Amino acid sequence: MIKLIAKRLVSMLVIMFIISLIIFTIFDSDKMKAQIATSELGGFQASALIKNPEAYAEWQEKNGLNKTYTEWASGILKGDFGHSREKNTDVGPLLAERLGNTGILAGLVFLFMIPIALVLGVIAGMKEGSIQDRVVTFISVLTTSIPEIATAVFLIVIFGLFLKWFPLNAAMNSGWDWSALVLPVMALVIYDFGYVARMTRASMADVMQSHYIRTAVLKGLPKKRVILKHALRNALIAPFTVIVLQINWLLSGVVVIEVIFEYDGFGKLLLQAALFGDVDVIQAATLVAVFVAVFSQIISDVGYTLLNPRIRF
Amino acid sequence: MNINNNVVEKTLMQKLTSLKVTFALIFLMWVPLVAFVILGGSPSNADYNWLLYPAIPAAVLLYLICMISWRESWIAMLGCTLVFFWLIVAVCVPFLPLIDPNKPIAPYVGIMSEKKDIFFWLGTDFKGRDMLSRVLWGCQRVIVWGVTATLIAYIIGAILGLLAGYVSGWMDEFISFVCNILLSFPIMVLFILILTFMGASGFNIIVAVTFASAPAIMRIVRGLTYDIKSRDYVFAAQTRGESPWYIMVIELLPNVRGPIIVDACLRLGYTTVAITTLTFLGLGLQPPDPDWGLMIKEAAPQAKLLKFAYMLVIPSIAVSTLILGFNLMADGLREMSLRD
Repeated sequence: MIKLIAKRLVSMLVIMFIISLIIFTIFDSDKMKAQIATSELGGFQASALIKNPEAYAEWQEKNGLNKTYTEWASGILKGDFGHSREKNTDVGPLLAERLGNTGILAGLVFLFMIPIALVLGVIAGMKEGSIQDRVVTFISVLTTSIPEIATAVFLIVIFGLFLKWFPLNAAMNSGWDWSALVLPVMALVIYDFGYVARMTRASMADVMQSHYIRTAVLKGLPKKRVILKHALRNALIAPFTVIVLQINWLLSGVVVIEVIFEYDGFGKLLLQAALFGDVDVIQAATLVAVFVAVFSQIISDVGYTLLNPRIRF
Repeated sequence: MNINNNVVEKTLMQKLTSLKVTFALIFLMWVPLVAFVILGGSPSNADYNWLLYPAIPAAVLLYLICMISWRESWIAMLGCTLVFFWLIVAVCVPFLPLIDPNKPIAPYVGIMSEKKDIFFWLGTDFKGRDMLSRVLWGCQRVIVWGVTATLIAYIIGAILGLLAGYVSGWMDEFISFVCNILLSFPIMVLFILILTFMGASGFNIIVAVTFASAPAIMRIVRGLTYDIKSRDYVFAAQTRGESPWYIMVIELLPNVRGPIIVDACLRLGYTTVAITTLTFLGLGLQPPDPDWGLMIKEAAPQAKLLKFAYMLVIPSIAVSTLILGFNLMADGLREMSLRD
């Protein structure tokens, strides 16, 4: 077990190292620097600046673009993520605050999505091909087919404009407001639950056909007991992996939803930085996103081996 | 007599649904459409409309072929109908009697109402452009870039997967490692990174989609190849002394096609979502030509009243139906392949 965790951690470090190298090289390239100069100074001044090597070097120095990889990486390891030109603050605290906001959003999504998905999946998988199975399958195909933007639009129109139950956006200019989070969370839950529900359904249907369930049924155990005591425990192993890996998926969806609802989270920060050319923010946000994704993968692997009695080290 | 008739009918059907005819029709439909979009055919530029003449009958025939060969599964037929509705619109749209989608006429005209002696089925947007023609024109670029990007991602992913699975050894290790690195990125983050670096355009979307999708495709193809590699017919080909490329393309590829086609339908849906989303975020296709993501983006600040919500809802419904079509097609095909 420890060997497995150690192996996964080492591979995570290697991946993080390579990805940091890629991210650094992308933003260290001349093309990217010229692009940043253009976005900051305008095309005419930027091209004049680039033709003058001394002034260009000075400009790079001022904007912290002339760091070597070791300088940059050691800064990151010490917790110095650089300086945001757009917001004129240090990236570290900014990113921490935004990640906190996104964490609240993602936490609420998981809180609602997991029970809904598991219950629907188990109900559908209990009896393959029954009406309940068909209904759940159809709903999950339908909801996962509607992209997040469209889900968000429909929710805004129905609950925000027509019924006027919830605020249209989650910008929260006048303090924290939980009701503003309802629509973003709902949009993400609707988009995400279908996949987990289908995985649970497949796993449940698989277990229901196994010999030990047949034995339990033939033994005359009540159906409720067969499902709750015997089937459920084994059926939930596979969905666990999917749920943890869903974090990676959620990070993508969060970007879109945060932009639509103007919620001050990590995804909106990343997009604004990308559109503005705010290098330090893009680098830091990408690294954090990859770290979360890789780390969740490790949790999923380790958790799977812990849960599955057939795999032992 | 009856039996004879049946035989004739069957061979005719088989002829129509044979792979060669289907491929020829796909080619006939697809190449003109791509050429039309790349050469700059647009609502204001009718010079290349002639390119689309062969594509229209090809698209209709393809639709009929798909409906006939998938008639066992109504889910697949429904999905196919949704997808082909937009495909046929994409090839026909220059010839439809539509108002120029970029021409401002009268702003904020509601659905099914008349203004300036023109009847607007779906109203007009905040700039006064006809929504109906914008929605119909909007499907063209999404479909062209979405399908092309998926196709290229597939070609690259399949080559890598066949190499990793068939050659194995250090090649497998290397390819798998590179793919693992790419798969560690959340997809949207990878898209944003690539498009910030390369700039926003249709071609760069293809590059971004390839980077994001090819690793996952490679994993699927690699797994399937591992599974099939030890079959007798592969050994037979090896004994005949065929080259590895021949074995990979002629022996292995056709036998892994079933799961790949299902996955391709799903992935077409993902790519369409990605392109619409990226355009919405301002990183994809650029104005002024109509596009669904762009329509949502432009209407979002305007539509704060229920009266104007149609500006957001119409493109959202359009994109949802296309993606639903791809997903239902995938579902139906999977169901059919399980039944066999």
